[in-house]
Formats: sequence, structure tokens, C-alpha cells
Amino acid sequence: MQTPASFEYERATSVEGALDALQRAGSEARVIAGGHSLIPMMKLRLANPEHLVDINDLHELSYIREEGSEVRIGALTRHVDLLESDLLATRFPVFRDAERVIADPVVRNRGTIGGSLCQADAAEDLSAVCSALKAQVVIRGREGERAVGLDDFYIGPFTTAVGDGELLTEIRLGLRPGAGSAHEKVERRAGDWAVAAASAALWIENGTIADAGVALSAVGPTTVHLARAEELLRGKAPGEELFAEAGAIASEDCAPLPDGRGPVDYKRHLAGVLTKRALRRAAARAQHQEA
Amino acid sequence: MQVTININGEQVSRDVEPRQLLVHFIRDTPGLTGTHWGCDTSNCGACVVLMDGRPVKSCTTLAVMCEGHEIRTVESLEVDGRLDPIQQGFHETHALQCGFCTPGMLMTTRALLDENPNPTDEEIRVAISGSICRCTGYKNIVAAVQWAAEHQAGTRQEV
Repeated sequence: MQTPASFEYERATSVEGALDALQRAGSEARVIAGGHSLIPMMKLRLANPEHLVDINDLHELSYIREEGSEVRIGALTRHVDLLESDLLATRFPVFRDAERVIADPVVRNRGTIGGSLCQADAAEDLSAVCSALKAQVVIRGREGERAVGLDDFYIGPFTTAVGDGELLTEIRLGLRPGAGSAHEKVERRAGDWAVAAASAALWIENGTIADAGVALSAVGPTTVHLARAEELLRGKAPGEELFAEAGAIASEDCAPLPDGRGPVDYKRHLAGVLTKRALRRAAARAQHQEA
Repeated sequence: MQVTININGEQVSRDVEPRQLLVHFIRDTPGLTGTHWGCDTSNCGACVVLMDGRPVKSCTTLAVMCEGHEIRTVESLEVDGRLDPIQQGFHETHALQCGFCTPGMLMTTRALLDENPNPTDEEIRVAISGSICRCTGYKNIVAAVQWAAEHQAGTRQEV
């Protein structure tokens, strides 16, 4: 029987209360939301928090809304709500692409975007999605809040910039003209982790790529941000040859490990193909050539 | 700590360790062993119950997290000796053999039909993609859900 080791449990009734509880318990505390990453880790003793702060009652952290030039997503927003959101499907269809293939519908009823990002598992899909969209994440502590980009958020495998006594509260996505985005994933079976996955976002103005975001899941120690591919894409006209070149960079710049999901050369090849496909679909969406 | 959970309409209270999983609370406290404890890793779906109407995996939910929420288990489907259409559908189309996955399949598909009374075969397959059946090859389970969709509300069958 798999059961977590003993811990103290506290259910927060406000964000301030959650921050107080986290501050009191210090480095041995963890936040629990959906629990579908943390509880399995605790069963396997890969995580051994002495204190859990349950934030499931903080409904004020569950929302998807457009505010000015941003879409803002509360950290407690569950996968099912990201999947079903028409606002996200319109603004950033990459979310619906990814959510269709994240775990299974029952797990998606519990898991949250905040939990997914804070887990910082390199194979997790939403980290690549948010990286490609150049999201800012808001981290709140008792002293105030700060917004950081994904490159600064991920410190290493399973490690983020969220410090002791802090809580991830919001994900912010800037709205810019000419946006198109897509996520492509290959998995061995329904609901599995990716063998490799690619998220792409393009902002196309007057036939030119004004900005690009590309990131990969499951082919490196953390989410792989393809800065070199983005540099290549910027300022050029979208097209098959360009996307193939970006795919070649993806194959080169990822760092997969061989495991049961495949050898290194296969994963590199896959990263390239999926990058090319994601860019192709992102461009079609940006130019309204695909529903 | 003391936990009170509404299970199938009844308030169930017990002093539990915070680490107790919902699946064990359900099976041990009111003794509702219809909810099966399977893989323990949120992969197989045998432990699926409804939490506020939505299917969740009870092996990956702490009992203490369910205080104040409504849990529905497979035992709630049959009422006064009459089977729920989804149970009848499984019976009619031979949608089980060993029966281990069945409680989770029934609760998952009951929730599907509550939300989408006329699902396509593809929608059914997506809905049950978090549940593993080693006997049926899923074909008869899809047929069972379609049977239930065609014989909804007011058609509870005598056991």
C-alpha cells in the first residue's frame, strides 16, 4: 500500500492566511492544490513535506479573464477549465491543444496550472506552453508580489523561484496583434507523459514574424526554451523552409536522455518534427488559415 | 484530525490522519467497498468517485481535502432495488468480465452522461481514457454507455 509519510495539514481560507501558514512552517511546508503531482511524489517519498497548506478553498485564485492588454489565469484554475475556456481557445489555442493531451479527463478535474508550473517537471506540457507565450508568473509573499518570466522561474529540475513562505498566484499572458499558437505532443499511450512535445507561438504582422516563442517538453533537464530558434524566426516571413530550419535547431539544442520512451536520436528527431509542425499550425492560426 | 464527509448523502465522521487517502476513508469508515483500490498511482481509474458531481481519483485525494464536499460512490447508483441506466447498460451489453474496473467506469460514465446525455463513441472513449480495463477491449463499455444514453431517466430496471 502506498501512503504518504505523516504530515500536518492546514486548510487555508484566504491568500493571506495561506502565506501566514507557509511562513510559519518554513522550508518544510508545501502547498497542495490538485495534488496529482505532489501526492504521488509523497507516496514514493520523493517529497516529504512536514506541513501541507491546502489552497483548494481559495476560489479567488480560480479564474481566466482578459484585463487590458493581458489574459490573466489564477493559479488554482484547473486543467478542465483551461480546456473548456473559450477565451483561451480564441486568444491562445495552444492551451486547448495541450490540455487535450495532459493526463486524462479525471486527472484534469483536479490538477491546476499553478501546480503544474510549480512542479517544474521537464516533461510537463504547460511549462512549454507558458514559455512559448512568454508568460509572466506572479509570486506573492507576505512582503508583496513580483512577476517573473519563465526563464527566471525555472531554476532547475523540480525547482522554481517560488521561495519559502511564497505562493504562485497568477499567470499573465500579454496580448499582441497577429498571434497564433499551437502545441504538438507524441505520447506512447493516452494520458502518458510526452516522449517529446513542442509549443510554438508566433506574432505575425504584415507577413513578417514580429516575435516568436518556442519551447520543448521532456527533452532536457527542464523545459527547453529555444532562444536560438526564436532569434532565427524573428523578422522573417513564415514558411516551410524557415520552420524546417527552426526544427533543426530544436533537434540540436535539446538534451534528451535515453529511457523507456526512446533513445536520444529518436527524441532529437521528434523534437525537430514537432517544432516544425507546431510552428506551421501557429502560423496558420495567426493568419486565420485554420479554425 | 476529525473529518466529516458527505458520502452518498450521509454525513460520515471519523478521526483520521491527514495522510489518509479518500479511497481508504470510503472503504474503511462507512465500509463502502464498491470503490476499488487499484494501482495507487492515479493511472487505472478503479477508484474513481464523484466529488461534487465530477469524477476524481480517490487514491490521489486526501480524505481531509474532502471535508465539506459531496462524494458519490458506485453504491449510490442503485436506488430502491432499481439499477441506474448505466448499470443496466453494462449488464445488457456485457461490459465487464472480472469487474475490477467497473465501479470507476460506472462513475466516470455516469458523470459523462449527466453532462452530455448523447455522447459520440469518440467522446465516450475520451471520457474513459483515464480508466483501464483488461478484459473487454472497451468496445462493450462504449456500447453500454450508448445503451444507457438511449434508455436514460425514468428507466431504472428492477434488479
